[in-house]
Amino acid sequence: METTIKTLNPESVRPPVASVGILGWMRKNLFNSVFNSILTILTVYLLWKIVPPFIQWAFLESSWHTTSEQCRAGDGACWSIITRNIRFILFGFFPYDQHSRPLVAMLILFTLLGFSRNRKHWKKHLGYAWIAGLFAMGLLMKGGVFGLTSVESTQWGGLPLTLLLAVFGLTAAYPLGVVLALGRQSKMPIVKVLCVLYIELIRGVPLISLLFMSSVIFPLFLPEGITINKILRAQVAIILFTAAYIAEVVRGGLQAITRGQYEAAESLGLNYFLTMRLIILPQALKIVIPPSVSILISAFKDTSLVVIIALYDVLKTTQSALSNPLWMGYSKEAYLFLAILYFLGCFSMSNYSRKLEKELSAGG
Amino acid sequence: MIEELTKDGAAQSVGAPMIEIRELHKWFGEFHVLQGIDLDVHRQERIVICGPSGSGKSTLIRCINRLEEHQKGRIVVDGIELTNNIKNIEKVRAEVGMVFQHFNLFPHLTILDNLTLGPLWVRKTPKKQAEEAAMHYLEKVHIAEQAKKYPGQLSGGQQQRVAIARSLCMNPKVMLFDEPTSALDPEMIKEVLDVMIDLAKEGMTMIVVTHEMGFARSVAHRVLFMDYGKIVEGNTPEEFFKKPKHERTKLFLSQILH
Repeated sequence: METTIKTLNPESVRPPVASVGILGWMRKNLFNSVFNSILTILTVYLLWKIVPPFIQWAFLESSWHTTSEQCRAGDGACWSIITRNIRFILFGFFPYDQHSRPLVAMLILFTLLGFSRNRKHWKKHLGYAWIAGLFAMGLLMKGGVFGLTSVESTQWGGLPLTLLLAVFGLTAAYPLGVVLALGRQSKMPIVKVLCVLYIELIRGVPLISLLFMSSVIFPLFLPEGITINKILRAQVAIILFTAAYIAEVVRGGLQAITRGQYEAAESLGLNYFLTMRLIILPQALKIVIPPSVSILISAFKDTSLVVIIALYDVLKTTQSALSNPLWMGYSKEAYLFLAILYFLGCFSMSNYSRKLEKELSAGG
Repeated sequence: MIEELTKDGAAQSVGAPMIEIRELHKWFGEFHVLQGIDLDVHRQERIVICGPSGSGKSTLIRCINRLEEHQKGRIVVDGIELTNNIKNIEKVRAEVGMVFQHFNLFPHLTILDNLTLGPLWVRKTPKKQAEEAAMHYLEKVHIAEQAKKYPGQLSGGQQQRVAIARSLCMNPKVMLFDEPTSALDPEMIKEVLDVMIDLAKEGMTMIVVTHEMGFARSVAHRVLFMDYGKIVEGNTPEEFFKKPKHERTKLFLSQILH
């Protein structure tokens, strides 16, 4: 009973050179058919035409800290429009000598946001930190105490205004949307009808019209002498608008939860609020993370619509910088800068949602 | 094992019955699913309900903890009548354990958290005590080593045993089982039935909707046969299987016992 084992020459066991390594990868992914080969060549050609000139324009021939005259003399991008106007773009009409205040306020906000990224930090003291932080931010913006000069909210503008509208808008709209979604499922007919009416009415009008209403029509109904802050009115319009969309997304999540989950919770003796809070919402909200983040991202970008009611958010301050005759004609650079700002905000949101999804999906 | 089970006394025990059902009617739309049910369940009594699908047996036990609302008649559980009073309903539900065909564990919580949820939030038991009790019941259903896992990581039989343990953590006075083994692969049925037999030995009051006639024969004090929304007949397992009185019962038994 002797078996002969044929020993293979190690060379012959290796895959052929053309199927491994960079060459193999290229053959498999870029040139595996005539059509794909043409596409590859075309793409490379387009990239060759676009990328080097862009790099030349944006970096090699660009001017960064020059006057506008020097800019006009050069060929490349004129980033000087940003660097020379950065304080106006970021802070708008906030008194020039007080710019450190909104800066510190933003830093507090970013610190808190960064700290909140980690779910392990979601404890009671983080809640207190947020309350203290929000209070401090309000104080820094408004002033009037502790020797800080008072700054009217009409002078607020730029990035702090955008962030204010976005952060408050999103954090208030989300819970409101969840409540509306639950209301729409309610067995109480009045609650249900009110929620349906609200959602359908709000979704039936564009955000712009809501903003107009809040700034033009709403004050007409107020008794004489009473005015409500313009920023607050815009803020409320954004919250009400976003909440309606969140509500519909959350409703989709609620529908994905089987009756068995409600029955199991009820048969343990849990009441409605505990059932929702402990069993239904944790599962439903996890399902709808991707679509809710889409809504939050678009709401963040929609804050730029406050331009039309003459609030100076970061888009409007950039446009104002452009309307200065000295810097006219550099809109490419200005809007590119703005796009990067918005992209950073949106990208970090979608990035965080992916991280959150991954963490939560660990639990079955 | 099974033969050790004593069936004496319990069914005849004196005092008010644990569950009292009188003239119970229920409709699903036009469909008259329960047509005048009368049933007393005494403390420590074990009842098996069988019958063809659509006969109303699941609906009947779901009425007992008000997962279904009845439209006529009365149900009294441990002295509390089930009405629209939500506080009473929650009180009854906390005292009545329910095991479902599809387990219905909470997939976003670990096994341990599934078990402690009720005691922590409904009974307001301190966390440490609730966890100790949970581990005790997990050991009882032979699954303590899985405490930190999520339901999705367990087999069907294991999930159903966890579901039983979850109900036990509430120290229920009655346990309702709604076809607990129907969704299981055959090789897992025994492990769940064994846990239920252990429970029976400890004197738990149980109402079980099942087609496991071996279980009925060895554990039940009474076997009820339901058809078209009525209890057609009920008897001790010996009488029930040997001498069924009604034609419908005979036909049903011949079909499921082959």
